[in-house]
Amino acid sequence: MITFTIEDRDGTRQALEIPEGINLSLMEVLKASDYNILATCGGMALCATCHVQVLEGLDALPPAQDAELDMLDTLPNAESDSRLACQIRVNETLEGALFAIRGEDH
Amino acid sequence: MRCHLIDALPQVGGQLSEIYPQKPIYDIPGYPEVKAQTLVDNLMDQIAPFKPGFTLGERVESLEKQDDGSYVITTNEGTAVHCQVVVIAGGLGCFEPRKPEITNLEQFEGKGVAYMVKNPELFRDRRVVLAGGGDSALDWTIFLADIAQEVTLIHRSDSFRGAPDSAEKVVELARQGRIKLLLQSNITSIQGNGHLKEVSVTAKDKSVQILAADHLIPLFGLTPKLGPIADWGLHIDKSAISVNTVDYSTNVERIYAIGDINTYPGKLKLILCGFHEAALMCQSAFQYVYPNQKLSFKYTTVNGVPTF
Repeated sequence: MITFTIEDRDGTRQALEIPEGINLSLMEVLKASDYNILATCGGMALCATCHVQVLEGLDALPPAQDAELDMLDTLPNAESDSRLACQIRVNETLEGALFAIRGEDH
Repeated sequence: MRCHLIDALPQVGGQLSEIYPQKPIYDIPGYPEVKAQTLVDNLMDQIAPFKPGFTLGERVESLEKQDDGSYVITTNEGTAVHCQVVVIAGGLGCFEPRKPEITNLEQFEGKGVAYMVKNPELFRDRRVVLAGGGDSALDWTIFLADIAQEVTLIHRSDSFRGAPDSAEKVVELARQGRIKLLLQSNITSIQGNGHLKEVSVTAKDKSVQILAADHLIPLFGLTPKLGPIADWGLHIDKSAISVNTVDYSTNVERIYAIGDINTYPGKLKLILCGFHEAALMCQSAFQYVYPNQKLSFKYTTVNGVPTF
């Protein structure tokens, strides 16, 4: 199991336990866990509605690629720890991480 | 039946042509792999015999129900189309400027705050603050440096991902003192009295400075929004239109929604599903287009294309 924590917009935190080898993005896991994220573009790094801040465990994640960095750059509220959940694969690199949901809601 | 297609984009194909024309798609039946634009081109060939009409580069603003139940659709350019049935295949919605989170920002829209530059002359001899780090922020900073009295560019990062040439030019203009460049900074509030007067900027070290400004132009790219669709009395669920899966009709008679814009239990945002939804929608739409005729279901393999 991979365990990491999600902080919702209202500050409530919840730990998620995800089986290894699930082959989903963090965005897909968040949607499946009924978090209120739009993910309008479906995971192509085009809409930035799955914007998260990685409050803990940022360095363990594989670095963002150009498409993600370009999109993050257009976000007025992005910080140095901002990522797009759709570009993060859920695997052991997420163990112990803390993500805060930042994208605009419905 | 005849179809007239209206799209806010200048070309047909929606996301496929606009966002990922060269990306291969692997889940279209009959095509092990097909580029998005090729699929659109093929679809255009396939529908050509049915002579659809096209209004491109215009956004539908209003639907007006007529006494006989039909609709007149009007675009932002004033194009009007009379039809028996409206089918919304709006995909992600339409792309609108992304707005930074500044509490009273919308209060100053049109009163100093604008999200695009339509007429640069408006800014002549004015004090202009731009925010953003992409190509359009860089380009307009360079352009307005020659026109405005004072130009300030605010960017939250310390580097630009826009075109390197433009980024260098902006840094050079700042070095020459022709513009003011505030990096690692964000606009935290704006003030004014009926019209924008001041912009408060907070730097990474939490220091705040207040800039006198006549205009603020936030340039943070585009984000998909439902736009006018939200005002048509349709049931909206999480930014999508609720439909009945019997025929993909909405809660409003004669208005259907197909593709990524709709939602229903079990919805999958797949091109494949959009085709299926369109087929069922057409069967249902027939009753409004030809109320006195009985629809008989036909196969192209039996009758060929022209009989449709």
